[in-house]
Amino acid sequence: MTPFSFTLLVIGISIFAGLLGSLVGVGGGVIVVPALSLFLGVDIRASIAASIIAVVATSNGAASGYVRQRLTNLRLAMLLETATAAGALCGATLAVYIPGRGLYLLFSMVLAYTAWSMSRPKPQDSAVPSGLPTDSWAQRLKLDGSYFDKALQKEVTYRVSRTKLGLVVSYAAGALSGLLGIGGGVLKVPVMNLAMGIPIKACTATSNFMIGVTAATGAAVYFTRGDVLPFVAAPVAVGVLLGAKIGSRLLGYIESHWIRVAFVAVMVVSAIQMFWRAIA
Amino acid sequence: MKREPIDLEKIISGELRWGVALSLILLGVGSALFLLHPGGASRGGGSVCDLSQVLQRCPMDHYTWSWFANGLAQWHGDVFVIPGLALLIATPVLRVAVSIFAFALEKDRIYVGITTLVLALLILSFLLGKAA
Repeated sequence: MTPFSFTLLVIGISIFAGLLGSLVGVGGGVIVVPALSLFLGVDIRASIAASIIAVVATSNGAASGYVRQRLTNLRLAMLLETATAAGALCGATLAVYIPGRGLYLLFSMVLAYTAWSMSRPKPQDSAVPSGLPTDSWAQRLKLDGSYFDKALQKEVTYRVSRTKLGLVVSYAAGALSGLLGIGGGVLKVPVMNLAMGIPIKACTATSNFMIGVTAATGAAVYFTRGDVLPFVAAPVAVGVLLGAKIGSRLLGYIESHWIRVAFVAVMVVSAIQMFWRAIA
Repeated sequence: MKREPIDLEKIISGELRWGVALSLILLGVGSALFLLHPGGASRGGGSVCDLSQVLQRCPMDHYTWSWFANGLAQWHGDVFVIPGLALLIATPVLRVAVSIFAFALEKDRIYVGITTLVLALLILSFLLGKAA
């Protein structure tokens, strides 16, 4: 393969990854890394480095829209960000000491989890579990929030519960983000929604805001270490963002059920292939 | 419910958009230049049109001022891509810095502290990679 055809292929795959990711509501990372490493034969570390750059690009773009719509809970985001950034710092620094097989194994587990969580029914828009314990941390740190829900045409207010659990999960999500070049939203959002009692729209927006900073923390380590291959990372970032933009335009016109089914199938196949690379 | 002042949200969202837009232009131009002459744009500037060179990691000390001047004169793609990547990664740093300022305006000391911690971790990550 010449560098020319390679780059075109990378752009094409990245557009597809961004498109699929935005249609099913995940970041491009879980698609970019398998595509680069399994399909194009790029080294797993270089794939992870390129992916974390693309995650910074997509989440910054989306986060700016959410902040304008006031869906983002900035206090909660900053508090949990201390944990995700610390996690990303550790993950990205430790990534050098973990052999490629180990990275494949971890990634295959994350893909399997993503496939499982995507195959479950979507949570209701403003529904949160009732009867969550009140949390003195959340009160002291003024974490409770509100936003205007356009679909419901009313102001939705919510209380935040189990802040400490949120910090622990955020740290783990950050560590995986730094290790594997993914955003980590699939891990944080269910916990923020079900355990902390935050409505799903505010979860998504707040998680997305955090992912930009988390991914930048990991990306800075990879970049200054010299692990980012410029002519892999650049076409990936441009492609994924382009794909995500196209995806957000198409969102209303495409039957999303079958895309989710196709996405789950891609995740399962990739998980099996990565698992195979880890043990073979 | 306490709300963030609207100005903060506007500043952050605007800053994010411009940072990303500018860095993507740089990345796009760099990738396009690379596609136009892959050999010339590859690191070291030689005419080796070889994929393995593209897939080779390159330590940061390669990127010097003379690398920049030479590359710019010959329209090498990496002269655009490297600053584009750096800008993209640095955009959230500015975002966090703006948030510190906004919490300080609200006289919210706890959150000035929390956000400063996030900024410190971000800056530390730039230094840690270099040290490794």
